[in-house]
Amino acid sequence: MIVIVDYGIGNPGSILNMIKKIGISDCIVSSDFKDIENASKLILPGVGAFDNAMSNLIDGEFLPILNKKVIEQRAICLGICLGMQMLFERSEEGKLEGLGWINGEVVKFKFDKDEEQLRIPHMGWNIVKRKQETPFLSNMYDESRFYFVHSYHVECTDAESVIMTTEYGYEFIVGVKKDHIYGVQFHPEKSHKFGKKLLENFCKL
Amino acid sequence: MLKTRVIPVLLLREGALVKTTKFNKYKYIGDPCNTVRIFNELEVDELILLDILATRRRIKPDLKLLSEIASECFMPLTFGGGIKSIMDIKEILNIGYEKVAINSHAVEDRLFVSEAVAKYGSQCIIGSIDIKRNIWKKHKVYITDGTYRTKLDPVEWAIELEQLGCGELLVTSIDRDGTWEGYDLDLIKRISSVVNIPVIANGGAGKTSDIGDVVKKADASAVGLGSMVVYQKKGMGVLVNFPDKIVLEKELMSY
Repeated sequence: MIVIVDYGIGNPGSILNMIKKIGISDCIVSSDFKDIENASKLILPGVGAFDNAMSNLIDGEFLPILNKKVIEQRAICLGICLGMQMLFERSEEGKLEGLGWINGEVVKFKFDKDEEQLRIPHMGWNIVKRKQETPFLSNMYDESRFYFVHSYHVECTDAESVIMTTEYGYEFIVGVKKDHIYGVQFHPEKSHKFGKKLLENFCKL
Repeated sequence: MLKTRVIPVLLLREGALVKTTKFNKYKYIGDPCNTVRIFNELEVDELILLDILATRRRIKPDLKLLSEIASECFMPLTFGGGIKSIMDIKEILNIGYEKVAINSHAVEDRLFVSEAVAKYGSQCIIGSIDIKRNIWKKHKVYITDGTYRTKLDPVEWAIELEQLGCGELLVTSIDRDGTWEGYDLDLIKRISSVVNIPVIANGGAGKTSDIGDVVKKADASAVGLGSMVVYQKKGMGVLVNFPDKIVLEKELMSY
């Protein structure tokens, strides 16, 4: 069973819609620890501010169960958008610590003075580059484009965790993988066939 | 390179899709679920749905219908119309929408906007502004589906909505709505030049070069399309369609 963790932040409904469209019926949106306990895979959604989301995880006492599931039991996990940023150690956006499952941090978009000052957030569709061959990214469409909306992006300490990048002013990381933990900065659930393919791959892992 | 978002703006009225001219003359277009399904197949960038009667009739969003629509929609989705409370926003987001557009109620209660932003983040809240020129050609902000004129100046109001935390602005020219005459470039330019958040130009698009014009000449970040995507041509029958992607890319390329 895939559990989309509902900790009061983000758009679990959209993710569930897409997973249903793929033809997977064994997926629920839940905040119930028992469901999380029984999950074979977890999806961690998230939009909005880093501290707001982290404090929801902390106040809802999700941290012990998530750590147990993902770190001890090595359940496959996908963080989406802010859910991906939370996989990291910290963020420039907030004061609270992240989950720290992947080494690195989250930083704000910074454009050099002599470069064009692009509007923030990075909002809209952008084409991603694959940096690694991995089953999660198999059979992707050429020129796969995804929907983004974010003002911060991740920086990985370990280069081998980077699986996708895109460009907005400069190249930055939009897909990560560390063992069984995955993260994407964009919204696959809102990215037509491109996102559908990726979530299909995730369901098959 | 980030693509300019080209967004069908669909109008709901008593559960049906309609298209207006200058916020009047409601023409029936079709069933919203079917229409959205077609836009989904056409892989459009994003969709905005506005219930144009909700505020006037003081009706709550029809969650059942909206949820049916969302289940067919695998692109970013915005709903606007009659949103007055944090609970309204919560319900809309829960059923698969990413953003809500707030228009009349932002004018009535500015704090509501900042409260919504604090709770759900800027990226979730679109400030929607409807604008009409008065007899002295001065732009004025209207609310309640264009039926009530406020004293607000659109440029000042846009700045205030940005300060309140809106992540985007949907700027609609009532005078151009449904006319196929092109966007109000002057209006869009005046707003996009004073705010740092994305501006979605809306109202008046009749051909792809109108889209190029408002992006290149008025610095719009995104564009809304109404008549163009629901009619075959001006004065002709209903046809749900979307401009050819290659033509669009060409139009936007020199930008």
